[in-house]
Amino acid sequence: MTAALPAVPSPAPRRQVLVATVVASSALLVLMGGMLSLWLKFRAAAPVRESSDGLYMIKDWLPKSIKIPEVAANTMLSGFAFVVLMAQWAVYAGKRRDSTHRSLALITTFLVGLAIVNAQVAVWLKMDVGLADGAYQSMFYAVTGTMLALILSGIAFTVVAFFRSAGGRADDQQVLTAHAMYWYFLTAAFTAMWFVVYVQK
Amino acid sequence: MPKIADWLTTSDHKKIGRLFTGTALLVALWVGGVGLVAGLERMSPSSWGIVDADAAVQLLASYRFDLVLGVLAPLFIGLAVVAVPIQVGSRAIAFPRLAQFGYWTWLFGSVLVGVSLVANGGPGGGQTDMVDLYLMAMPLAVAGLLAAAVSVVTTVLTSRAPGMTLERIPAFAWSALVGASAMLLSMPVVVGTSIYLYVDHTHAKQAFGGNKAVLDHIGFGLSQPQTFVLVVMALGVLAEVAPVASRVRQPMRPAVLAGLGLVSSGVLGAVTQSSHQLSWKGGVADKIGSAIPWLIFNGLPLLGVLVVIGAVALSFKERVPRITAPLVFSLSGALMILVGVAGNFVATIEGADLAGTVFEEGVVVYLVAGGLLAGIGGLVHWSPKLSGRLLGGRMTALAPLGLLGTVAAAFPLYLLGLMGQPGGTLSGFTIDGPVGPLNLLAGAGMAVLVLVVLGTVATMLRTAVGASDDPWDAQTLEWSVPSPAPRDNFESLATVGSPEPLLDVKPQEVMA
Repeated sequence: MTAALPAVPSPAPRRQVLVATVVASSALLVLMGGMLSLWLKFRAAAPVRESSDGLYMIKDWLPKSIKIPEVAANTMLSGFAFVVLMAQWAVYAGKRRDSTHRSLALITTFLVGLAIVNAQVAVWLKMDVGLADGAYQSMFYAVTGTMLALILSGIAFTVVAFFRSAGGRADDQQVLTAHAMYWYFLTAAFTAMWFVVYVQK
Repeated sequence: MPKIADWLTTSDHKKIGRLFTGTALLVALWVGGVGLVAGLERMSPSSWGIVDADAAVQLLASYRFDLVLGVLAPLFIGLAVVAVPIQVGSRAIAFPRLAQFGYWTWLFGSVLVGVSLVANGGPGGGQTDMVDLYLMAMPLAVAGLLAAAVSVVTTVLTSRAPGMTLERIPAFAWSALVGASAMLLSMPVVVGTSIYLYVDHTHAKQAFGGNKAVLDHIGFGLSQPQTFVLVVMALGVLAEVAPVASRVRQPMRPAVLAGLGLVSSGVLGAVTQSSHQLSWKGGVADKIGSAIPWLIFNGLPLLGVLVVIGAVALSFKERVPRITAPLVFSLSGALMILVGVAGNFVATIEGADLAGTVFEEGVVVYLVAGGLLAGIGGLVHWSPKLSGRLLGGRMTALAPLGLLGTVAAAFPLYLLGLMGQPGGTLSGFTIDGPVGPLNLLAGAGMAVLVLVVLGTVATMLRTAVGASDDPWDAQTLEWSVPSPAPRDNFESLATVGSPEPLLDVKPQEVMA
């Protein structure tokens, strides 16, 4: 016989999109953290060589011929700062049920996201190194390529959030919050990558 | 045809979970066969030639992948997908399409891993393209498991019944929460490393040492302490069924939950890709400096297993338990896991000289086979809700056979490891002692486990539908709905006032 428990009206699931985004972002943070740790490990294990002027001993990790375009890399970082601001603006506008500003914020997020992708492609083109040229090169493309894939997933999230918002979904506040949360995660992950790969090299 | 399409596209968590667990049991049959062949091949140090010397590398790679990512991980992710939503009082799993996507991604990745190994790829493989395929497929399989893990964790955190605080969730749901979270916080490292390896192997072949060194970099994902993270839910099954068998409220329940959390501390070693060795060299400071991380990384999981088993034993002390198939299977599994975790504790002592021997393989077999037994216990326990079938006496008789098979499959590897037989190879070693009989016994043990899995599947298929709603006289929400559980689990949701909501409403004499 089935036991009878006191029944209640069905409660709405609690912020599933937001919680799932946080959970997935945590896993992706581990992914990027793991990749950057491995980068640091390989860099630390690189052999030491004499600098061209003979004054210093330097790690033979970044090939001499490779110049990292720091302007493009720094532009990406500032792009992230702008993106999270826009994503947070969408949350703020959503709370005030201001659909015009919500849409404007999401469109701006999308466009700046594309600008970041453009900057990453510019970094690759300016560096002009081959994937098969060596350990540094293959690892550089692997870590920056993975980051780019995550950025593209963030842009896709923005598109989904925009269409749901434009479609008039009144219950979408948690999607906007989750969207902002995901861009915060991307910013944290990129900042770490920027420091390790582009600044420390 | 519509029925097949329904299974292929289902968003019912019970069906998705059954796809995971069913496939894991099928892979277990293959793994048992591989284990048997490996045992036979190792009987003679010069090899019997059952397997070509080149193919032996692929066979062992397949064995390692399938044990951990083909059986252990999907079995418990599947069990969590099946049981957790209905245990916490939810009508559905959070993001069912994500869980379904996870199953197909894992399956696709695992099949590609199999294809790459058959075609001379994988770690140490001779076909470059197939090594690439292995490196691409491995993260795919892991990503599938992680997608399903996101669904499980989100379900526990967001979709609990009214009144069900985290302190009140069933023990298995708790183990699923900590186990799946630990997977999410450790296994992405396997994915990241595989990406590096794939890019390097397809182009530069300079950073990671080519095909021979693949397992040096991603082998940690198929070994200890990653396996600790995967057996948390196995212990959760025991913590779930033991008080049901004893018909008491679990004494010291917080200790059980804490114990499960302690086992998941294996995530520390898994994410850092290290299993700290105890070195007894140097001064006192050196010894302490070596002992503390060793105890944290290897001692905490062992302590967790001991706490769970000890606390569960308290329920047996309160009232003599009924001998049910879920209890016998899950208790056997937990004890095997204890031996495995204890084995790892010993293997990480530097002076024991067990690194690189088959002792480590013995630890994996103990953990996986123990997990398999506990997983079968879970399937038997929740079978009424899954299929409406009550698997009774025959299954109880199978459990001791499973225990025997596990001991036979794993313990000889401990002995052979102590004798110095190297791991990761099927031939070419020379050691003294009864190498032949012990390796034969290990292979025979795997064959016995195959029989147990076959017996389980046969019993599941041959048992008639018709289980009552609460055949185990259980305590948690899933037993308040008809067997098999309807598609949306609950017609109306209940308010929960304790960790054992059904005991709260059952007649007093049942609780006595």
